[in-house]
Amino acid sequence: MTPDLHLWLIPLLPLAGAAINGLLGKRFSRHVVASVALIFCGAAFAMALWIAAKFSSLTLPHVESMTAWLRSGTFIIDYSFALDQLSLVMLLIVTGVGFLIHIYSVGYMWEEGGYYRFFSYLNLFMFFMLTLVLASNYLLMFVGWEGVGLASYLLIGFFFLRDSAAAAGKKAFIVNRIGDFGFLIALFLIIKHFGSLDFQTVFAAVQPYAPETTGIGFLTAIALLLMLGACGKSAQIPLYVWLPDAMEGPTPVSALIHAATMVTAGVYMVARSHIIFERAPSALMVVAIIGTLTAFFAATIGIAQTDIKKVLAYSTVSQLGYMFMACGVAAFSAGIFHLMTHAFFKGLLFLAAGSVIHAVGGEQDMQKMGGLRKHIPVTFWTMTIATIAIAGIPPFAGFFSKDEILWRAYQTSWIYWLVGVFTAFLTSFYMFRLLFMTFFGEYRGAAGSEHGHEEHAGHGTHLGRDATHTDSRAGAPAPQKHGHGHGGIHESPWIMLGPLVVLALLSIVGGWVGIHNRFANFLSPVFVANAKAAVTFEGAAATPGGEAGLETKLMVISVAAALLGFLLAYFLYNRRPELPARIAASLHGLYSTVAHKYWIDELYAWLFVKPLIAVSGIVFWRGIDQGVIDATLNGSAGGARDLSDEVRHMQSGNLRSYAGWIAIGAAAVIAYMVWVGLRAQ
Amino acid sequence: MVPLSYYLVLSGILFACGVAGFLIKRNIITVFMSIELMLNGVNLSFVAFAARWQQLSGQVFVFFVMVVAAAEAAVGLAIIIAVFRTRETLNIDQVNLLKL
Repeated sequence: MTPDLHLWLIPLLPLAGAAINGLLGKRFSRHVVASVALIFCGAAFAMALWIAAKFSSLTLPHVESMTAWLRSGTFIIDYSFALDQLSLVMLLIVTGVGFLIHIYSVGYMWEEGGYYRFFSYLNLFMFFMLTLVLASNYLLMFVGWEGVGLASYLLIGFFFLRDSAAAAGKKAFIVNRIGDFGFLIALFLIIKHFGSLDFQTVFAAVQPYAPETTGIGFLTAIALLLMLGACGKSAQIPLYVWLPDAMEGPTPVSALIHAATMVTAGVYMVARSHIIFERAPSALMVVAIIGTLTAFFAATIGIAQTDIKKVLAYSTVSQLGYMFMACGVAAFSAGIFHLMTHAFFKGLLFLAAGSVIHAVGGEQDMQKMGGLRKHIPVTFWTMTIATIAIAGIPPFAGFFSKDEILWRAYQTSWIYWLVGVFTAFLTSFYMFRLLFMTFFGEYRGAAGSEHGHEEHAGHGTHLGRDATHTDSRAGAPAPQKHGHGHGGIHESPWIMLGPLVVLALLSIVGGWVGIHNRFANFLSPVFVANAKAAVTFEGAAATPGGEAGLETKLMVISVAAALLGFLLAYFLYNRRPELPARIAASLHGLYSTVAHKYWIDELYAWLFVKPLIAVSGIVFWRGIDQGVIDATLNGSAGGARDLSDEVRHMQSGNLRSYAGWIAIGAAAVIAYMVWVGLRAQ
Repeated sequence: MVPLSYYLVLSGILFACGVAGFLIKRNIITVFMSIELMLNGVNLSFVAFAARWQQLSGQVFVFFVMVVAAAEAAVGLAIIIAVFRTRETLNIDQVNLLKL
């Protein structure tokens, strides 16, 4: 008998916080709003820790059914939560990193209007994300899945008075719908074939199937459709376009939702469904190819971006590509491992970038930064740690997870590995480029430390006073206009730096859990035990002695690639900062193509958006809506009116005409009866 | 013995006269009298059938119709007088306040 863990409390605590702040927060002071948000989020984290402490005494998977939800004949879905190694890892990441980012937001958003609204949304996001992670069936997972999409939409469009923010929110939501469509169809297929959506039931039913090596069966179809869903949520080709635009949201949102947690939901879902994927080799190959391509493609875009958050956004897309590459070569634990380390260092990178933006008064263009390391040392050092971690240089976290992925990719095909290593080089290059452009050299912002002071200072004080009424700063000119206009370049307060330091520590030590495959072994009950019947790529983890030398060699190559990226960035952006502009000029066409993100947005607009608007306008609006639906209604109304207009003349008010009608009627009846009588004879 | 059809034909003629008068005449009193004529046309066919089939119910109906017609005449004439007082006419075409 396993103890009752009250798993339902974990998602519900942030929901309570969201409800309190959302419904009553308008009247609270900022201190109260922040305390409510932190207490409920922190309580969820504390519960997660408590569960982690008791974890070894549980029989897994630990399922707790709260109440019946949908019951229709034999199709039963309960409102139930499940806990196993995989969801424990996700639980700790979501609550832990989420809590740190909540703390950071208290400082970062202090000057903004709509403070209570922000924290209400943030807690709401935590609720849905925890539902997603803890759900014990696909449908409840889908509820969380849609819910995080909603929270993401609300938070991207947080500064909703800015058109670009509102548009970015919509874009994220609509692009995600395409993925959700695939997810839904996959769920329908699962119901059709297995009659259930419960993870354990479905996976037990999938177990006996042999891998669909020849031809494409329904398992491949399900896997591909699930992958489409994951592509939408986790910003993979071809649905990645929403994530860079999502940077319109406040920076803590980018860190929490668009780097650390929500965008990894797709990876989690694929890993959770690994039993299905393992039986669909062609689907797995698609996953691997999409992941590899995305990793490479996004990294190349990242090297030409000048907006500090855009660089990080493409970096996120690229790193998610790594995770899918791992899933695609059936190295699910490696993918989850990278998910975890990525949550640490990418969350840190975004928070540090937020601290930089905060320091320079809302500027996001790296071309107007530089030389900041003397002014904001704590941010500089934490960001350096995160950069080293993401570049994959030992002994920082990113090295262990990325190397694990590359090694497993090599075992499947050297092509994945080669692209992966080249992407690692690009990653290292653009991240150090960001670091050098931001923190080294001379400050390139306007008028030294007086940068934009006049324009922002008034703004800040103004907002500080009546921010309770103003939800967003309407129509101010700069992009991401923060009210942080006070003083020159300045270090952020400790409530923001604290989370940075904690995450920096995690970015250093977070990878060490992967030494000697400890992380993989921890997750192996989820990934291996169920999969014994299938072709277990996982089994290859037990490396034969001969391959150990090869693994070391590959490791050296990938570290060398990372160092090469560092050196190139050092040379181009620190020693010879005038060179990049000249190189860009000499490669004009190629450079502008990359800088414009390969014109993918324009291509999509031309290929999908414009035709869709045209078809909607001509066929659906003018054709069907106006031509058929409106025409039917208006036509029948007009017909009734015309008919009545004719018929009303019968009712003339003239007594004798009435009598005439009666007489005619009577005559008609008599004639009829006579006729009937004659015929009967 | 006079055959039944004679009575019925006379009854039909009387009724047709009533209908024609009702439709053609403009004076309210004449219209009113045409209604009485129609009623009596019907009464005639009732009594003819009652005599033919030796059944009393037809005659009972005739009495009934007469009573109703008397009551109707009382109310109708009163209305006609009221109309004349307010409209100062008995022309039915000019009593058309209900007309659209």
